[in-house]
Amino acid sequence: MFWTSYLLAVLAIALAWPVPIMLSRAQWPARAPFTAMILWQTIALAGGLSMIGAMLVYGLEPAGENLIAGVRAVAGMVLFNAPTTVLGFWHIFALSAAALLTVHLLFTLLLTYLRIQRQRGRHRELLDLLAKPTADGSATMVINHDSPVAYCLPGGARSVTVLSDGLMSALEPDELRAVLRHENAHLSQRHHLLLWAFAAWRQALPWLPTTRLAQDAVNSLIEMLADDVALKTESKASLIKAIAIVASAPERAKAAARFAQSGPDAQERTDTLSPAVGYPASPSLELMQASDSARTTASRVSRLLSPQEPLAPVTTGAVLLLCGMLLAVPTALLIVPGLLG
Amino acid sequence: MASLGDLERAVMDLLWAGREAATANTLRDQLAQTSVAVGGTAGHEGKELAVTTVLTVLSRLEKKGLVERERGMRPHRYQAVSSRADHTAELMHEVLGSAPDREAVLARFIGSVTSTEAETLRKLLGRD
Repeated sequence: MFWTSYLLAVLAIALAWPVPIMLSRAQWPARAPFTAMILWQTIALAGGLSMIGAMLVYGLEPAGENLIAGVRAVAGMVLFNAPTTVLGFWHIFALSAAALLTVHLLFTLLLTYLRIQRQRGRHRELLDLLAKPTADGSATMVINHDSPVAYCLPGGARSVTVLSDGLMSALEPDELRAVLRHENAHLSQRHHLLLWAFAAWRQALPWLPTTRLAQDAVNSLIEMLADDVALKTESKASLIKAIAIVASAPERAKAAARFAQSGPDAQERTDTLSPAVGYPASPSLELMQASDSARTTASRVSRLLSPQEPLAPVTTGAVLLLCGMLLAVPTALLIVPGLLG
Repeated sequence: MASLGDLERAVMDLLWAGREAATANTLRDQLAQTSVAVGGTAGHEGKELAVTTVLTVLSRLEKKGLVERERGMRPHRYQAVSSRADHTAELMHEVLGSAPDREAVLARFIGSVTSTEAETLRKLLGRD
């Protein structure tokens, strides 16, 4: 049982640091966004599982032959005051850390969900007062604003896609359709669930590089997935033009700059068009995030302009197999000894 | 009777359009005139909108921080906290801003764009 905890620890460290860095630099995700998305989810899930598992197995080692026996023995100590002499300081430390990490992860997930729901609710409230539903009665609203803006606000049956007047006047009907298809793809593919999970993952472990890399990668992958859906019905030229017009619109810059705070980093903010007013963030961090989102738009356009072959089925299969292994290995390491014993 | 949501919208439209603070009675009369809020539903056409309903709507809007009440004077006079344009700008800032904790709230068509990137895209479009 001892070697199990080392194996899990090695896996946890690999998934926390080198693997996500390699994946974030890889070029192939643009060719297979769906597969890449599954791989990122697997890395996060298997990473968390092996992190907790490693500590759990280490801490339970003196208490029982295997995980199940160990859990039973420790439950006896906690619930029925059985003697705890078998557990040394580090074992208790590891067990407490495993328990704390589990609770921390679950609570952050819950709190992030509540925060997002509250912000969406507030946003929706204002939208209902400020924006007008389009005539055809679909879940599309138009808001009176000059910047070309399009976004969707998820909310189950009350999900809504919002377009601004500025967008409607800047785009031709075919380009507008491409934007709507793109936004609807976000909603129908439930991308908000991915955004939620990875936002919570980052919130819970902000010091871990993998959480930021994962969130950035997921942000850009969902855009690629939505672009691919839009391309099924709309022409590539319409989509590229829509992206270029919206991204380069001067009104957009003005709207963002209007809120830029004056201060030592005001110039930087105007340059990057990322005001982020009222949110405590160091300027350097802010700049980094801005360049990350910028990479998203740039990689989206270049991906559309010079399309690459989709990943070969064999390679895709290999990646999916790897995903299966990554999830199966920590689970097996935790459970199988107990089943055999 | 129209839903509370529709009434909230109609009341805010009136408050945003009017320059002065208004009492619930005035608002009720204006709503009855425009019949935006009560119109459309057959069977209720002759029925007057109750002032208490308008007060309910106003207190809901007050709770949401959209409407404020002038205290000390009876009957209370209500006015919009900020203009429609300001609220829209606030909302758009929420959308255009790049705060990381907002990223999961809504999915934008385009995220933040750097000035160099905007430049490149403008060239791509052939507009300088």
